[in-house]
Amino acid sequence: MEFPEDLKYTSEHEWVLVEGKVATVGITDYAQEKLGDVVFVELPAIGDKVTKDEPMAVVESVKAVSDVYAPISGTVLEINDDLPDTPEMINEDPYGDGWMVKIEIADATDLDDLMNSEAYEKFVAEQEE
Amino acid sequence: MKRTPLHTAHVARHARMVDFAGWEMPVQYSGIIEEHLAVRRTAGLFDVSHMGEVEIRGTEALAACQYLTANDVARLRDGQAQYTLLCLPSGGVVDDVIVHRLSATRYLFCVNAANRERDLTWMREHRRGAEVIDRSDDYAQLALQGPAATAILARLTALPLERIPAFSFAEGSVAGRHALAAHTGYTGEDGWELYCAPGDAVPLWDALLDAGRNDGVVPAGLGARDTLRLERALPLYGHELTEERTPLEAGLGWVVRLDKGDFIGREALRRQKAEGLRRKLVGVVLDGGIPRQGYRLRRDGAVIGEITSGTKSPLLGKGIGLGYVAATSSEVGTKVTVEIRQRDVAAEVVRLPFYRRAK
Repeated sequence: MEFPEDLKYTSEHEWVLVEGKVATVGITDYAQEKLGDVVFVELPAIGDKVTKDEPMAVVESVKAVSDVYAPISGTVLEINDDLPDTPEMINEDPYGDGWMVKIEIADATDLDDLMNSEAYEKFVAEQEE
Repeated sequence: MKRTPLHTAHVARHARMVDFAGWEMPVQYSGIIEEHLAVRRTAGLFDVSHMGEVEIRGTEALAACQYLTANDVARLRDGQAQYTLLCLPSGGVVDDVIVHRLSATRYLFCVNAANRERDLTWMREHRRGAEVIDRSDDYAQLALQGPAATAILARLTALPLERIPAFSFAEGSVAGRHALAAHTGYTGEDGWELYCAPGDAVPLWDALLDAGRNDGVVPAGLGARDTLRLERALPLYGHELTEERTPLEAGLGWVVRLDKGDFIGREALRRQKAEGLRRKLVGVVLDGGIPRQGYRLRRDGAVIGEITSGTKSPLLGKGIGLGYVAATSSEVGTKVTVEIRQRDVAAEVVRLPFYRRAK
């Protein structure tokens, strides 16, 4: 199980890579493992406004439909166009080619609520108890 | 939660375990798609010990079976089984089951795990002088399914598998353990369902996986079991079959023998057949998107029904679903839409099954 140190994390198992005003978002290794084979991804449109803690995308596994929540509020700048055709990239490379959305951060203080790698790893361990 | 004799084996393989009808069962081992494709291409081994077994016994056994079920049990000889339904007087379905004729006075039913208690109560209520015995604790059950299943099983038994046709069974020794080997399955592939003593489940499981290791046999969970049966358009109780739906609506008219003699539900089914169906189970394939149970079906904007089961077919690579629609919209080729998260996704009614193995 991977918990890259340069990322931030949410309690809904999204990861965030912050580069200036841009946040790249995906779901974590733990999330993809719990989901199983990802077979369908629904992403927002470029220009959409997303709200912190509200659903912004959907990931479907064979058995279930799962919401992906916006970790911060902002505007969608880019989406991973390859994902709809190859949703399994979320399983294979959740932190790399499995990235989902890039968001222009509206309010940087939203980032304060996110966990660092160590805290998220602990959070995951607690989930498994 | 209840556990099958194979629970430790599943956990040792790091299977993802879930609560299914009060049993802690493996939903997947290596992954649903991988297990699904293994069954289609070579073989998969399922622990289905959670299923219930009920025996109807005695001189009145055949009469009781005939009264309780919609199919014609009298057609069975020793060593033959049939798929059948327990119906309500309304024609609705109590459960879909497989009955095995062990002898003229002993009939063994395999029933859905979720319905076991209800089926027992129902069968006891209508037993008409026969004995109804819950034998679930006497049996564990393994299902070996796939094109390589027969070859793999043949390595472990002297039973003449090639002379046991589909829906027949024989009792004998498999890997040195006594088992009832039934040429049945729920995947649409060739395969065997093996009933054995609970204490023999682990040795049998190990022996089968070992015997098939060069064929690439894998353990397969309930997740793959569902995608496999759905590709084959086999109904699942609680989805396509409920007390509110009749076998005729579900496309199981072939299971209902109205002229075999009296049975519970016969009058209602006879009437429905004469009047014509207002609702029918259909299969749909989607352009993009995955249908799920409960999603609404529309035609020209008007709601015509609802999805009962859906998934992304590992073989077709598309969303497939079963659902009940108004009979007027049930023709193959009808263009419909499935409402997925407030969007109407294009779909088409297709001929079933979505997949059928080459003979």
